[in-house]
Amino acid sequence: MTVQAEPVLVAGLIEVCRATIAANSDHLCALDRAIGDGDHGTNMRRGCEAVSAEGETLSGLPLPDAMEKIGLTLVMNVGGAAGPLYGTLLMEIGRELRKNDEKADFSQVLKQAIDAVARRGRSHAGDKTLLDVLYPVHAALASRSPLGAIARRAERSANRTADMKAMRGRAAYLGDRSIGHVDPGASSCALLTTAICRYLGEHRPQ
Amino acid sequence: MNGKTANVGIVIVSHSPLVAQGIADMVRQMVGDSVPLAWSGGNVHGELGTDAGGILRAIEAAWSDAGVAVFVDLGGAETNSEMAIEMLGLPRSALVSICNAPLVEGAVIAAAEASGGASLAKVVATAEELSP
Repeated sequence: MTVQAEPVLVAGLIEVCRATIAANSDHLCALDRAIGDGDHGTNMRRGCEAVSAEGETLSGLPLPDAMEKIGLTLVMNVGGAAGPLYGTLLMEIGRELRKNDEKADFSQVLKQAIDAVARRGRSHAGDKTLLDVLYPVHAALASRSPLGAIARRAERSANRTADMKAMRGRAAYLGDRSIGHVDPGASSCALLTTAICRYLGEHRPQ
Repeated sequence: MNGKTANVGIVIVSHSPLVAQGIADMVRQMVGDSVPLAWSGGNVHGELGTDAGGILRAIEAAWSDAGVAVFVDLGGAETNSEMAIEMLGLPRSALVSICNAPLVEGAVIAAAEASGGASLAKVVATAEELSP
């Protein structure tokens, strides 16, 4: 998959991500109340609104610059641990895209960015975090799964975090009591993946 | 203070603005103005949480050419502090350390050590001795 800067696509993706988080903000807060401090939905909504407010500027930038700026905006506005984690993901995607120029294979770019998120959070697959969605999404992308299958994989992966014991973040303080609850970060990640896949399916010129 | 003192600076990061400010008050009472000191507490709206931009400004406010020791409470505070240090950029980022120490005791003992002119490594080591 080659990545090209398409201003309309960037603006559209920002809007679907904002709308998805806004529509699910209460649900994400409820998940976070069970095993965290209950503000994941509010934090993510604040971050997405800040990105959306800069939408016009962002969609006019070359794609790597837009990604880096979105990442920085998330870091500065989301707060909590989600800010630096999602921020690192977007900033690294931007940096990797710039390194690879137009020849970039997006699944490789994504892998580098996910590894950077893992380093930032000092987490691994199975720790009950957004990585438990990001790694399966990458695997699906690398094996050239269709967009619908990538989205379903993300949703299933998020649901599977219910069986995991949290090893990082606030939920880790709960130990075994974190088992039985879906991780809010994994859930927001699956929601965003699904929204992005659906939008690309509808709008991306094949 | 912008490096006018040779002493290591101290930054306190908490999810709560009240906690961060309260610890800063305790530290100030211990060491007076001999140590550059700043705090960041709460998210961008001043609610409970942490804010990478605010932490970055606190590190700059407590900047000392001898380095800065950062004390954090829960997980997000550490991740956001690491992000802030990265945003500070080299060479200054290499002179900032996040201490694995209890927030109140760590900050107070580190400030006492720093007020005597100890190096960043010594300040950090003294605070981290408090960790189990």
